Amino acid sequence: MNVSIGAVALAGILGIPLLGIVLLAAIPNYRFAAPLNVALCAITLVSSGALYSHRPEPSLYLIVDDVNTVFLIVGALVGFTTSVFSAGYIAHELQTRRLRPRDLRFYHAMYQLLMFAMNLALVSNNIGLMWVAIEMATLTTVMMVGIYRTSAALEAAWKYFILGSVGIALALFGTILVYLAAEGSLGEGMPAMAWDRLSTHSAGFDPALLNLSFVFLLLGYGTKVGLVPVHAWLPDAHAEGPTPISAVLSGLLLNVALFALLRFKMIMAGNPGVISPGPMMVTMGLASLIFAGLMIYRRRDIKRMFAYSSIEHMGIITFAFGLGGPFANFAGLLQMVMHSLTKSGIFFGVGYVCQLEGTQQIADIRGLTHSQPLLGWLLLFGVMAIAGLPPFGIFTSEFLLVTSTFARAPWLAMLLVVGLLIAFSALMLRIHGMAFGATDKRHSLAAYRLAPMALHLTLVAIAGVYLPGAIVAWFRHVAILLG
Amino acid sequence: MSPFDSNIAHLLAGSMVLVSFLLLYQDRMLPLLNFFAIHACVLACSVGWQAYVQRAPHLFITALIALLFKGVMIPVALRRIVVRLGIHRTIENVVSIGPTMLFGIALVGLSIIVMLPVTQSAATFVREDLAFALSVVLLGFLMMVMRRNAVSQVIGFMSLENGLVLAASGARGMPLVVEISVGFSVLIAFFVVGIFLFRIRERFDTVDLQALDMSRGEST
Repeated sequence: MNVSIGAVALAGILGIPLLGIVLLAAIPNYRFAAPLNVALCAITLVSSGALYSHRPEPSLYLIVDDVNTVFLIVGALVGFTTSVFSAGYIAHELQTRRLRPRDLRFYHAMYQLLMFAMNLALVSNNIGLMWVAIEMATLTTVMMVGIYRTSAALEAAWKYFILGSVGIALALFGTILVYLAAEGSLGEGMPAMAWDRLSTHSAGFDPALLNLSFVFLLLGYGTKVGLVPVHAWLPDAHAEGPTPISAVLSGLLLNVALFALLRFKMIMAGNPGVISPGPMMVTMGLASLIFAGLMIYRRRDIKRMFAYSSIEHMGIITFAFGLGGPFANFAGLLQMVMHSLTKSGIFFGVGYVCQLEGTQQIADIRGLTHSQPLLGWLLLFGVMAIAGLPPFGIFTSEFLLVTSTFARAPWLAMLLVVGLLIAFSALMLRIHGMAFGATDKRHSLAAYRLAPMALHLTLVAIAGVYLPGAIVAWFRHVAILLG
Repeated sequence: MSPFDSNIAHLLAGSMVLVSFLLLYQDRMLPLLNFFAIHACVLACSVGWQAYVQRAPHLFITALIALLFKGVMIPVALRRIVVRLGIHRTIENVVSIGPTMLFGIALVGLSIIVMLPVTQSAATFVREDLAFALSVVLLGFLMMVMRRNAVSQVIGFMSLENGLVLAASGARGMPLVVEISVGFSVLIAFFVVGIFLFRIRERFDTVDLQALDMSRGEST
């Protein structure tokens, strides 16, 4: 019985978005399409939730295990709340004529295609299939980033396109090398690309080939994660596209690319002869953290600023997973979930801020707690959460990470703390004027519009105070699996 | 694989490296497109030869895609775009030809130094094939870095991608090669459409399709 529920749920998370692409591309009326988009995302969320307790049998192409369920559920949740936010956001864009009804048909179909591609990348048991899915997700987001068709948006989309494609090409070369390393002991054909077999048999692979492959994979998928020095596409893509896409990019797509990297790290971990991938990830993670922290100071565009904050957090998460061990992995996993929820929540708020103020310039956004109190305070709480203040969940994960790093590598911990403080003070400096500056403007915004943002921040606050035992046990188990 | 078979395979893979150098060196737009077509045709021969010696019929599909899509359709489409938009002037290189070629030679040397030692356990043929493929990939990178023009950047990317297909076809029995080459073709098709949109922006000063609709006398 369990097997069949799991299989249905697996079919759900892949089939519902596919169905959605067809339906939403066919429906011309956006008033109907936006709620349908929300409904489809809700069904996908329920299906992914079912995968938590019911796992289908792994096949050569698809697998559901403890590791990818975390990513799947977080992804489906953020996908669902973003679709709710997007419905309100899009209606306003239509009113101001930045988008036309025809664009919306395209937008909604692409949204479901993106959900499909990300779910496929997460559940694929085949490193080739995973590559194809991540390429598909990249193409989809490129088109959504360019949807406003302003020259800045096209510029950003083109940059993202070129850099993303180069990253993807590098990742493919790495994938081919992994296959060549595995083919000797697993035989030719499909099994040598199946992830579950690769990770259990990796002890017999050629270490030199694996080493080389990881360099390509780290640079290739690292481009998609947004790690310094291959991050250049990320701020542009976040700033110029529609805000729901910024939320999905930060909250989901970066995680999916990181997940691909973790899969390969687990393959490397099984082979005693390889150089450890940890130090490479730690270095890139720290570089991203410190570099992005410094960049936040200089930003004038609010979406660009939060995009750099995403680079900073992906740096922290990569650092944690690179450090390895149950504690740091646990912290990394928690940080990843908390960052997804907080950052997408912040982007929901930023989307409304930009619409109400009619600008993305930080200097022109003033006194939000006065002009639209609910939005202003929520944004302030969001920034406090992302900067790592208690009682929010990111404080918990950063605290865990810092303490476990101090126990193992004090020098690295110093750098980590310096990086965290730089980003913290930069964010506080910028939010102050936006939240409390003098203004005489008044904006009206229906409170229910802010429900997705409030939900995300509430979840993050609850997680900071009390993590349910079941989730702790689950994350601890995954942290051990990640090695 | 008999010595004769692997010699032919080496000849074809080596020719791809050679054509990559020609692409790097070529500073005019239309000959660049021609050389890219040759690059794709050599790739098609190479993959076809792999399909024959590995007894892997699905690789013939990849070879056919390379020949028809990248050898014929893409160059023809790009040529039409280039001619129609009147940009078949000289390509500006960031660094002059001489240093670029020397740098390219260094990259080929690097890829041989990197690949040959790490693939000692692999079959002899795969080793050289991978070294050639990595050379083509790196030369493609070099070209993307050295060129400013969108069209020649895309040609650099496509030659890079040809190197990847060469590597994938050389990996004995690797599944999904056909699917991956289809995936790349989609990517390239988007590139070409993208260039078209970009060039429109330079001419009309906007890619806002509403403006274009108006320029055709339509209104929305």
